[in-house]
Amino acid sequence: MADQLFFLSARPLEMAPPFALPPSLGALVTFDGVVRDNNMGKPVVRLEYTAYPALAEREGTRILREAIARFTLLAACCVHRTGVLEVGEVAVKVWAAAAHRGEAFAACQAIIDQVKERVPIWKRETYSDGEQTWVTCQHAGPPASP
Amino acid sequence: MQFPMQIRISYYAVLREQRGLDEENLLVESADLRELYLRLEKAYGFSLSQKQICPAVNDEFCAWERPLLPGDHVVFIPPVAGG
Repeated sequence: MADQLFFLSARPLEMAPPFALPPSLGALVTFDGVVRDNNMGKPVVRLEYTAYPALAEREGTRILREAIARFTLLAACCVHRTGVLEVGEVAVKVWAAAAHRGEAFAACQAIIDQVKERVPIWKRETYSDGEQTWVTCQHAGPPASP
Repeated sequence: MQFPMQIRISYYAVLREQRGLDEENLLVESADLRELYLRLEKAYGFSLSQKQICPAVNDEFCAWERPLLPGDHVVFIPPVAGG
């Protein structure tokens, strides 16, 4: 897909927004999703993300395009980690740039919500007792109808 | 359609673990995606029911009703958990 807006990264996410900031920019909202030390009451020590890259990048890019149109954004981007992450590491970053803060905040929230619901990425958690499990309690995966 | 026909299937997450393979070529006797999943579920003891799966063919989500064609690349997508 031309003009990809959603990316997977096997390396730590320590980056500035990967797009030029236009002079009409009034608000840039950045979201960092971070690996938490617990889930559903169980102590998490690390987790591993695996993705279906071709479809993840396509579906993720569709989500960002929809948000750009719906919230009249100037730019938007999302990067999601793959591989093993320790507690405290950034798992996903979203940037939403708009003329005003209302659109930027709303778009950032909509993008992360849709990414969690629609993009084929999976998470295997390792708990402090050594037990591992694939997290399957969230969503069924299919895209919402446009 | 001439049967059997060859397709390629990739496995992710819990299905990859339960199948013990990343991907394989399969000869299928029918063009029905639902039937293919049910056959694999039974053969490999998949823990996810067909209702929990979303099918994709050739790197796009699709309906269970989409008929398979020779050379198709099939992925049965378990519930996603990004973010």
